[in-house]
Amino acid sequence: MNLLDAVLFLPLAGFALLLFIPREKPELIRRTALGVSLVTFLLSLALLIGFDRSSPAFQHVTDLPWISMPPIRYHVGLDGLSLWLVLLTTLLTPVGILISWRHIDRRIKEFFALFLLMEFGLVGVFLALDLFLFYVFWEISPVPMYFLIGIWGHERRIYAAVKFFIYTMAGSVLMLASIIYLYNRAGSFDYGFILQQVVNGRLPLRPLEGLLLFLGFFVAFAIKVPLFPLHTWLPDAHVEAPTAGSVMLASVMLKMGCYGLIRFCLPLFPVAARRCAPWIVALALVGIVYGALVAMVQPNMKKLVAYTSVSHLGFVVLGVFSFTELGLNGAIYQMLNHGISTGALFILVGCLYERRHSLEIRDYGGVATPAPHLAVLFMITSLASMGLPMLNNFVGEYLVLQGAAQVDFSWAVVAALGVILSACYMLWLYQRVFLGAASDRVAAQVYDLQPREWAAMLPLILLMVWMGTFTQSFLPPISASSQSILEKTRANQEFHAQIPREVARAR
Amino acid sequence: MPADFLPSSAEYLRFLPEIVLTVAATLVMVLEPLTGQRSKRALGYLAQAGLWLALAAALAAQRNPGPAFSGMLLIDGFATFFRLLVIAVGILIVLCSYGYLRREAAERGEYYALLLYSVAGQCIMASADGLIVIFIGLEISSISSYVLAGYLRNDKRANEAATKYFLLGSFATAFLLYGIALIYGATGSTALTEIRRVLAASQLSSAGLLVSTAVALIFVGFAFKVSAAPFHVWAPDVYQGAPAPVAAFLSAGPKAAAFAVFLRVYLIAFEPVTARWEPIVWVSALLTMVIGNFAALPQNNLKRLLGYSSIAHAGYILVAVAAHSESGTAAAMFYLAAYVFMNIGAFAVVGYLAGKGEQRLNIDDLAGLAARQPATAALFAIFLLSLIGVPLTAGFFGKFYIFRAALEARLIWLTVLGLLTSAVAAYYYLRILVVMYMHEPGDATHDLPPQGAGLKAVLWASAAATLLLGIFPSLILNFINQAAGLGK
Repeated sequence: MNLLDAVLFLPLAGFALLLFIPREKPELIRRTALGVSLVTFLLSLALLIGFDRSSPAFQHVTDLPWISMPPIRYHVGLDGLSLWLVLLTTLLTPVGILISWRHIDRRIKEFFALFLLMEFGLVGVFLALDLFLFYVFWEISPVPMYFLIGIWGHERRIYAAVKFFIYTMAGSVLMLASIIYLYNRAGSFDYGFILQQVVNGRLPLRPLEGLLLFLGFFVAFAIKVPLFPLHTWLPDAHVEAPTAGSVMLASVMLKMGCYGLIRFCLPLFPVAARRCAPWIVALALVGIVYGALVAMVQPNMKKLVAYTSVSHLGFVVLGVFSFTELGLNGAIYQMLNHGISTGALFILVGCLYERRHSLEIRDYGGVATPAPHLAVLFMITSLASMGLPMLNNFVGEYLVLQGAAQVDFSWAVVAALGVILSACYMLWLYQRVFLGAASDRVAAQVYDLQPREWAAMLPLILLMVWMGTFTQSFLPPISASSQSILEKTRANQEFHAQIPREVARAR
Repeated sequence: MPADFLPSSAEYLRFLPEIVLTVAATLVMVLEPLTGQRSKRALGYLAQAGLWLALAAALAAQRNPGPAFSGMLLIDGFATFFRLLVIAVGILIVLCSYGYLRREAAERGEYYALLLYSVAGQCIMASADGLIVIFIGLEISSISSYVLAGYLRNDKRANEAATKYFLLGSFATAFLLYGIALIYGATGSTALTEIRRVLAASQLSSAGLLVSTAVALIFVGFAFKVSAAPFHVWAPDVYQGAPAPVAAFLSAGPKAAAFAVFLRVYLIAFEPVTARWEPIVWVSALLTMVIGNFAALPQNNLKRLLGYSSIAHAGYILVAVAAHSESGTAAAMFYLAAYVFMNIGAFAVVGYLAGKGEQRLNIDDLAGLAARQPATAALFAIFLLSLIGVPLTAGFFGKFYIFRAALEARLIWLTVLGLLTSAVAAYYYLRILVVMYMHEPGDATHDLPPQGAGLKAVLWASAAATLLLGIFPSLILNFINQAAGLGK
């Protein structure tokens, strides 16, 4: 039993444990869930010990046979791309449990059990190195989320939950078809093996074949990212979900899509990916600007934050499909940044909702007076989210912009608009909610942060500063992986044949 | 020295499950007038014992596989698999019938006897190696099922169901018989391997139309039995009208056995003329998936919804038939095993929740079940997630296996369209989950009676099987992969 397996299966064990705790003991249920998630987090921190930060190879690998025919293996491992995403997941799970402590007041047992089950699915997505295993985790992680939204959400929760699930399902069945097709061609579900075959040119795909397979994967991932125009499930799901659900959805679940693009779409189908790149970049750019503009006019705080995700994740897709090392590094960094700063924004909005019981911006104003600490943390998070230097998002956005500019300067210009607009909507939001005179109701209802909320927010704030200043603590494993992934997209023989044309076009 | 046309004792041993089932059924019939109204349950226990004995006999028969009765039957891995499956269906149905029949005050021996006869017919179908025996098995199974569908004879809907089932079923049987007659005319035999040999040898220039007609007519007969479009119209009405355990039975046992003969006939006897029937199955599979899944969307009656859903699942299995390969056969077998457990589980929950006289069959009647009976709701959720095809359930692996076989056979469009309809299916199963988990508790779930031991056993066993086959499919896959060769 490897340390990584323990990180993966501990939440599942916690889920099973919670099922046996009688529902009359809510405090015990909460404490058990928190304990399990904290132990999982500590174990995942231990993964850093002895992790070779300069190697793109998979580490902490476990490879066991699972199903004999067709050969499916339980094959998990960690590299620079998945390392931080796993840590992000294991960090945000206890955070999510902390902020749900009082917020969730009915069917407590089910909530925390499902929360741990979701952690199991999410961690599994980032670890699986067998395509079948990956699909299994990919499909089971939305199931707990569906229940979280549908049972503990706000008024239109059922609509949002069903929409979320159907969207996900519709996208992923075609990925299943692609995975099976790939298996029939390659004779294996093993990611490393298939990748090796692709790189060596022993898995030649006809252009149309490659394109369709690529699209099968891409649509599933693009829905999850979400890429404009497949984003329409996201505002509904975010707004209706309970706070912890929104946090996990924005911070981790959307990263599943970005992760899939980088892990599978680029290296497995380099030709198709490069061929589609201009179109995808165009959609990403539209998403950046559109998301920001729509965010600006939202009267609902949660919806506003949700649309900022559309904008921020456009940066990630732009970085990935710029096919530059800087862009890819930036995209991966930006995935983590978005996870932390948007997660923090949802937590703070959730805090406001718990006090004032409204998500409408017009019901607020002057919150800084009764709740100065809350206001400060919101300010820091907003600044991080809009990409202020020394805070985390700046690094990612800068790298993405530079990577994009290397390919086509106009891409960077359009994307930079998103940065400017993000300052507008965040500052305007801050002004309307926190500044001005507090109305009587705000003054009566809003109180400052509680210790538990501090505990949830503090690690995130520290990370925002840390990731914005000491980039070198995080970047080496990322760039090792992104270098190797980009190399693989170039190694393909079919691509070699295309190089002269590409070079000519670039000039 | 015995005459050589007399069957040997080894052949009787191979036929033992059917013998055991028939004897048990007859015994129940004989004892029925001798037992008082209060001890009818004992007849159910007798039927249960008979089924377990038959299960053991089927396992014993597998130790010495081979033909029996002048090549009428063939006991191989394929036959054993389906025998075990239909007997397991019988066991589950008898278990969940105890409480149901008592609630409906309809506990009589003939119910169990008919069930056993039907299972015996399905066992014969599973092991038949000639068209005549297939026909006999089909008739034994069907006639018992017709009666079972109308078992609650004071119930108007059950009467309608039985009549409809009987009339349409008889037509289908006639088609089948006509097809058998034509194929006999064309090839001079009813034995499957002999038909194959003749079809492979002849150029079919003169008999081409005859063979095509026969293949099509036999397809109609089988398509009716497995409720494949466009011969599916009976299914929702019958499932809705029949008593819940009978509906569960009809959607599982006869369907599994019908697929067994479908596979055997088309993959052995008609293998040389694959080009003639593959397009028919292709179209029928697609139609079945589309009609089943889309027609289920607006349903509010739970039994009717499950009826349409079972049509859709037949469509998935037809995809595996259309692949006409060894892996297709294996996929169909695995899917049927998965389907049987998740579907019986779902019907068992519905039958329990419906209350006396099955008054509460609307989806909304499930409101708040999760709050009132968390365990029942969780088990139902497992069945529904498996029917949707969420990983780590048997339904997912079955679907994966089917579409893998289909892609291997280069049925790319059928795969893509089939997978898309299965995403549509998620919607109507989710509706049930929504009502169960996300609505406020309603009246209907308020005064549910306690569950009997039999029902509990069915629910937990089916859920365990659903998860077990989903997480460790290798448990039965190795056997299936060996058996799927059909002796080739």
